Amino acid sequence: MMNSIKQQLMNLFKKQSDLTTILLFAAGVLTMPIWLDPIGANYPDLLQKFVIFGIFAVGYNILFGLTGYLSFGHAVFLGVGSYTAVWSFKLFTMNVLPAMLFATLISGLIAAAIGFVSMRRSGIYFSILTLAFAQMFYNLAYSVLIPITNGETGLQLRMHDIRIIDNYFSDPAPGLPSTELFGMSMNGYSGFYFCAVVLILAFYVAMKIFRSPFGMKLKAIKSNQHRMRYTGSDTRPYLITAFIISGMFAGLAGALLAVTDPLAGAERMQWTASGEVILMTILGGVGTLFGPLLGVGIIKYLENIFSTINESVLQQFFSFLPQWGENFMVAIVSPFVGDGWHLTLGILFMIIIIFLPGGLMEGFQKIKKRYLTKGVKDSESTTKQE
Amino acid sequence: MDSILIQLLNGLDKGAAYALIALGLTLVFGTLGVVNFAHGALFLMGAFCAVTFQKILTISKKVLDPSITYFDAYIEQPYLELWFGETGLAVIDWAVPLSIIVTIPTMLLIGLAMERGLIRHFYKRTHAEQILVTFGLAIVLQEIIRHFFGANPIPTPAPDIVSGSAAIGTWIGLGENFVYPWWRLIYLASATVIISSVFAFLHLTTFGMVVRAGMFDRQMVAFLGINVQRKFTIIFGLAAVVAGVAGAMYAPIVPPDYHMGMDFLVISFVIVVVGGMGSVRGAVAAGFLLGILQSLASMTVVSSLLPGIDQIIIYLVAVIILLTRPRGLMGRKGIGE
Repeated sequence: MMNSIKQQLMNLFKKQSDLTTILLFAAGVLTMPIWLDPIGANYPDLLQKFVIFGIFAVGYNILFGLTGYLSFGHAVFLGVGSYTAVWSFKLFTMNVLPAMLFATLISGLIAAAIGFVSMRRSGIYFSILTLAFAQMFYNLAYSVLIPITNGETGLQLRMHDIRIIDNYFSDPAPGLPSTELFGMSMNGYSGFYFCAVVLILAFYVAMKIFRSPFGMKLKAIKSNQHRMRYTGSDTRPYLITAFIISGMFAGLAGALLAVTDPLAGAERMQWTASGEVILMTILGGVGTLFGPLLGVGIIKYLENIFSTINESVLQQFFSFLPQWGENFMVAIVSPFVGDGWHLTLGILFMIIIIFLPGGLMEGFQKIKKRYLTKGVKDSESTTKQE
Repeated sequence: MDSILIQLLNGLDKGAAYALIALGLTLVFGTLGVVNFAHGALFLMGAFCAVTFQKILTISKKVLDPSITYFDAYIEQPYLELWFGETGLAVIDWAVPLSIIVTIPTMLLIGLAMERGLIRHFYKRTHAEQILVTFGLAIVLQEIIRHFFGANPIPTPAPDIVSGSAAIGTWIGLGENFVYPWWRLIYLASATVIISSVFAFLHLTTFGMVVRAGMFDRQMVAFLGINVQRKFTIIFGLAAVVAGVAGAMYAPIVPPDYHMGMDFLVISFVIVVVGGMGSVRGAVAAGFLLGILQSLASMTVVSSLLPGIDQIIIYLVAVIILLTRPRGLMGRKGIGE
């Protein structure tokens, strides 16, 4: 009796259609303010980061997870997306939809250009090519492109921006306008819910790609590109398409960063920022649907927690210990928190790569497998006894 | 004419630093087949060996300042000066060159520890995983340095006697205005010495011969009963030493801070790839080539013609070379693809 129920449950999960997945996912994302409340992550700023970087990582996963091409230049698209969005706010309207549209299109165009050149090579050469392009954009943003990027200050809204469309319909209100969606301000929770809806759509697209013939082709390229070529399919168009799609996702994420905080700086394009998205993707699990999101959640959450801890917080935390113990623990832990958060991140990252190259999702799979096989063995032994 | 010559020297200087880092990087790739993103961190550690050495030498004691008699004023006086007088001061002055004596064994140890402790486990993994784990290691090392030395650049002056400029112009008859800092000339000269000794080591000794043979066909060399692995581990140590000495010598040129490793890493990787993965000669040639190109591009004449070119020339050249010569300048077939 128990077994048959278990069987049915298992079947239900196996048959899990796209629709149920996306519904569950949507429910999960939209209720984040509720279930993240107990761990102290329920405030708009952090929630927005979760979903925006979620989009970034989901997009990156389409390239790296499916094709195995390790791009070190994806932060460029994030930066380009932000700049485009802010320019759209400055020139046309504070409405977020055109900004997102422009950002996605322009980062798609740039991705097409970079991808067209970089995809001529594979392996480490591809990584270096994307890295070279990223560095070019980054360096140019601080020198020749200053009229567009506003250099180190970063691009921001000003009182006297043209904003053609908005000013055509109504007189400019005093003070700096805020980003809006048909009158709904994009600050705080409304911003989060908007980004969450975008994430759900983006996730749906990514899932469709994962389960489409196109996605299968990309996976085939990852497992053996030569064989793909021998069987007569040209891999290049698929690779470039994947690159463009993931670039557009990154551009969209960049635009959303500007939507929630209309400011764009070149530091978003630095190659270490590309490193961060790789890190998130790997931590969660490359090539899995949910892995990158998990990685984003963990890294952004830990970053948020760790970088705000300082010595007095630590002293409070360890105050149950005797004085010497407290001092000792504070001395040991303090290099890893606050400014030292990157140290923790680096160590965490190394541990993951060394022991769990497939990321946390692989870890879950292993545990599950172990648990399940153990269960099977148990039932076998009981049947023998009977 | 003068400005071109100055830029050429600048380029050679930058190129020397690039070449020294890229040399180790490509050696490691050619022997162990590992893409080491932590190599920039080795350069960084070298520079901070010099910084630490200087800090240790200048550990000071507060003593009464004899020149002020109205009240008790204290000045910091290094112990070395208290104990050895003038000799002690001279030793402090020469901290950077002397630090190399310490840098070499330290970096050798760090290199060997890194290879045995971490890199060894990554021979059979994919290049992507090697890049990622060493990237993580680079972050860790960099953050450790930041924890101990802070985020600001630490000025590490060269000895007094070579802190001025050399009057190159008067030597070769180009006028007195043509001068160049002594220390940069020394850097260039020592880089040449280091690079030539690495080449001599690889080409003139039996050890080097075995290593080269191992790079060519590792299995065959192993069949001949040679412990290739041990030799390659030593090569990793050697690469760490070269990067470390390059870093220590670089400290007087640009005051070291914690992210100098990452800054150099990207460029030196580009250089290795341009030179051809695993090709030592290619890395050195590409290092000097790109250094000189970068310097020439930063001349006002060029940058007024093509604004911003000095910022991107290295990457532009790298992209062009990678697309026209798929394996870099001197790379061999089938490596890293």
